[in-house]
Amino acid sequence: MMDTLAVPWEPGPGVPQALTVSQLARLIRETVRSNPLLGRILVRGEVTNVQSAPAGHVFFTLKDATAQVSCTLFREDAELLGFDLEDGMDVVVSGDVDVFPRKGTVQLLVRAATPAGVGAFWAAYQRTRKKLAAEGLFDPARKRLLPSFPRRIGVVTSEVGAVVHDIVTILRRRYPIAQVVVAPALVQGPGAPASLCRALAVVADRVDVVILARGGGSLEDLWCFNDEVLARAVATCRVPVVSAIGHETDVTIVDFVADVRAPTPSAAAELVSPDAVELTAQLNEASRLLAREIREILSVRRAWVKGLGERMSPRGLRRSVDTNRARLEEMRQSLASLGVRGVARHRERLGSTGRRLDLLSPLATLQRGYAIAEREDGHVVAHAADVVAGDPLAVRFQDGRIHVYVNDEAPK
Amino acid sequence: MTKEPTFEESLKLLEERVDSLSRGDLPLDQALAVFEEGLALYRRCHAILADTEQRVTKLIAAADGLAEEPFSLE
Repeated sequence: MMDTLAVPWEPGPGVPQALTVSQLARLIRETVRSNPLLGRILVRGEVTNVQSAPAGHVFFTLKDATAQVSCTLFREDAELLGFDLEDGMDVVVSGDVDVFPRKGTVQLLVRAATPAGVGAFWAAYQRTRKKLAAEGLFDPARKRLLPSFPRRIGVVTSEVGAVVHDIVTILRRRYPIAQVVVAPALVQGPGAPASLCRALAVVADRVDVVILARGGGSLEDLWCFNDEVLARAVATCRVPVVSAIGHETDVTIVDFVADVRAPTPSAAAELVSPDAVELTAQLNEASRLLAREIREILSVRRAWVKGLGERMSPRGLRRSVDTNRARLEEMRQSLASLGVRGVARHRERLGSTGRRLDLLSPLATLQRGYAIAEREDGHVVAHAADVVAGDPLAVRFQDGRIHVYVNDEAPK
Repeated sequence: MTKEPTFEESLKLLEERVDSLSRGDLPLDQALAVFEEGLALYRRCHAILADTEQRVTKLIAAADGLAEEPFSLE
């Protein structure tokens, strides 16, 4: 049983010492570097997996149907390239093969690259771009402002798929007041530019702003958005156009011409629509201001009325009270003096009358020591001749009456 | 028939009311009237925002040119 076990290979006597990994990597590098077939070469392939390092170096993979090779483009060369490497691009690169021992990878150190194949497209792109730029179609000054409150929003895109769904959903959430008019169009293939132009033309007459959108795709998929006729249609569109073609990194000629370029279809929907939440906040702010202003107006009026009242009360009222008080005092005094005078006069009159009364009073006569003779019935006997001897009389003194009889008679 | 002002117009009118109140040179009864109008506009805008159901249509080629038909997301 034991001899059927696989025996690991191990160096026996006569087998040379094993290489270290570093030694092997160096050996590969030297071999590669010394091979003239691997220096100053041209390679054609499709660019994929483009990554830009912060330092400015660009890493990408060049591939064809059955193989791929890692490529590095150093910053100084990248800056001289004249265009950005993008996924899907068909290019011819020049450079040297090298080995990076640290990663154990073989790489192509790219010194230069030019578009090829799609490069025909690419050249057309550059031509169109330069031509339209020269005509001023990309001029920021001719970009129109988007309407703040669009009543109708046109959407030129495929009527199926995520793009139209995203746009309509976002518009519904943000700004349901606006109507949305979808103008379906082909968004890839040879018929796409004409279809897009037609949809743009028919919808522009019915809306305040247009979103021209397409989801992400390959360079070829998006190619129709580099069409010169379509670009001109966008530039001359009756209403502002927001473009949202592919992913944020895809920039087509239409994006340059559009009034606003949105990074994604969703962003385009947000750009054309005011946000209902913000509008509500704006409304609430307006209503708050309204309430504040009316409160202020009322409080100003109130303060004014209060001021009037105050101006009236302390001085005016005091003066009026003082005047009245003075008048009152004056009246009181005159009344008093009148009263005093009146009483005195009356008292005076009363005194003199009393005195006259006293003078006339028989009592006063009695008090002076006189007496009055009266008959029994109280009649005063005023004359001596009225009595005869023996008549009973009463004599009234000041302190009482006594009864007397007459002794004699007055001589006749 | 007078046309109902749109949301945008109503909002603009509302802001005009606020502005004219903030100038503070209106007689009191006019100020109150402006305030009432502003309040009504505010309510109207609010109602438009809250109640409107979005209409989505699709442009189609019809016999006599173009037509719009309701468009719905399935």
